[in-house]
Amino acid sequence: MLKLVGVTKTLGGQPVLRGVDLVVPQGKLTTIIGRSGEGKSVLLKHMIGLLQPDSGEVWVDNVEISRLRGHALNEVRKRFAMLFQGAALFDSLTVFENVAFPLREKLRLKGADVTTRVEEKLDQVGLAGMGHKFPAELSGGMRKRAGLARALVMQPEIMLFDEPTTGLDPLMAKSIHDLITSMQRKFGFTAVMVSHEIPEIFGISDYVAILKRGKIAAMAEPAEFQRTTDPEIKEFISVGGTLPMASSAKGVL
Amino acid sequence: MNFLEALGRWALFYVAEMGRMLIFVLSAFGWLARPPFRAFQAVKQLHFIGYKSTFVVVLTATFTGMVLALQGYHTLRKFGSEGLLGAAVAVSMIRELGPVLAALMVTARAGSAMTAEIGIMRITEQIDALDTMAVNPLQYLIAPKLIAGLIGVPLLVAIFDVVGIYGGHVVGVELLGVNSGTYWNSIESAVEWKDVYGGILKSISFGLIISWVCCYKGFFTKMSAEGLGNATTEAVVLSSVLILVWDYFLTALLFNL
Repeated sequence: MLKLVGVTKTLGGQPVLRGVDLVVPQGKLTTIIGRSGEGKSVLLKHMIGLLQPDSGEVWVDNVEISRLRGHALNEVRKRFAMLFQGAALFDSLTVFENVAFPLREKLRLKGADVTTRVEEKLDQVGLAGMGHKFPAELSGGMRKRAGLARALVMQPEIMLFDEPTTGLDPLMAKSIHDLITSMQRKFGFTAVMVSHEIPEIFGISDYVAILKRGKIAAMAEPAEFQRTTDPEIKEFISVGGTLPMASSAKGVL
Repeated sequence: MNFLEALGRWALFYVAEMGRMLIFVLSAFGWLARPPFRAFQAVKQLHFIGYKSTFVVVLTATFTGMVLALQGYHTLRKFGSEGLLGAAVAVSMIRELGPVLAALMVTARAGSAMTAEIGIMRITEQIDALDTMAVNPLQYLIAPKLIAGLIGVPLLVAIFDVVGIYGGHVVGVELLGVNSGTYWNSIESAVEWKDVYGGILKSISFGLIISWVCCYKGFFTKMSAEGLGNATTEAVVLSSVLILVWDYFLTALLFNL
C-alpha cells in the first residue's frame, strides 16, 4: 500500500505541496487531477523518492521512503515503474534496448530470455517489429507505448503515470488510456496516474483525487463526483462536459 | 552595506557550489568502486573522448609544432643556437603546450558535448528514469566519463607531444635546414624524465577537470533550452579557466621547487 502523510514541498521559494494526505488503494487505478502548476507531477515524484518532502512521510507498505538513500531506496524502487510525460526513453538506445535495459541492469538477464520478454512486451503495447527503431524515429504515441513497455517489463507492483497522454491527439490518447486500463486489469498492479484528460479519466479510473492548493481536496470513486456540492470542484470537473461514469460507489466528498 | 551583502551572498553561493561539486565527484568515485562495474560504458566514453578527439588533437599538434619551430628558429638564430631548436620545441611541448592545448581542444570538442548530452538527459527526465529503475545515474553516466577523462586525456597529450615534435621537425629540418641529427640529439639531451612525468601528471589532472566540470554542469542544468545553453557555455569556460589556473600552480609545484 502506498500512503502519503502530511507531505509538504517548497520549490524555488514557492510552496507547492502544503500537507498532502493520500492513501492509494491497492490494485486499483487512481488518477490525480488538478490545475496546471498545482504540483501533480511533484506529488508523483515523491511517491518514488525522486523528490524528498520538506516534511511529512511517504509509506510503501511498512517502509517510510522519504529519508531513504542509496541501496535501501533502490530496493523499494524495484517494486515501482514510472511512465514519464515524454516517455524518457534513452535516445542513444533502440526501442528494443530501452525495453531490455531494466532486465539487463536489474535482473542480469541475457540473450534469449531478454529477447523473449522484450518482444512479448512490445507485442502487448502494439509495437511488434519496431524494436530496431530509435526513439527519435517514433511518433509521440509510439514513444509512450515504448515507455509503457519498458515500465511493464519488470512486472512492477506499483505503476506511476505522469500525464501519459499529453501532446497526443484524442484518438491516440484514448488508445493509450485503453492500453493502461487493460494492462492494469491484466497484471493487477497499483496504478497512480496524473492527468489533465477530463472527462475521459472518470471513465477509466477506479478512484479520482483532486489536488487543490497543495492538498488533496477530494478523493472518491468517479460516480461520487456527480453528486459533489463543492462549486470549485464542480466547475473543474465540468470543463470537459458530462462525466462518463458507469458505476455507482461510495466516496469521501 | 548593500555591497557587503552582495559580496557575502556571492561568496556563500560559490562556497556552496564548490561544496556541491566536491560531493558530486566524490560520490561518483564512490559509486565507481561498487559493482556492477561499468567497463563497457567506460570504453564507450573513452572512444568518444579519446579516439574521436584524435583528429582535432593531431591537427592542432601539427600546426603548434610547426609554428613553434618557425618562431623558435628565428629567435635561436640570433644567438647562433639553431641546434637547440629540437630541445626548445620538445620541452615546450612536453611541459606546457601539449597538456594545455590538448586539454583545451578536448574541452571544446568532447566536454561541451558531455554537458549537452547529460543536460538533455536531465531535461527529458532520462536521468530520473534511471533513478526509477534503481540504476544510479552517478554510477551509470558520470563515473565512466570520469574514468574516460582520466585515461583519455593523457593518451591524447602523448599523441599531441609526439605529433608536435614531428611538426617542428618538418618546419625546422625540412624547410629551414636544421640538421636532422642535431634536432633529435638536442631533444634527447634536453628532455628530462621530470618533464615527461610532469606533463603526464598535468594531463591526468586536466582530464579530471574536464569530465568533472562538464558532467557537473550538465547534471545540474536548469530545465530549459536556455538553461542547457548556459550550462554548456559555463562548462567550457570554467573547464578552460580551471585548466589554465591549475596549470600555473602545478607548474610552480613541479618544475620550480
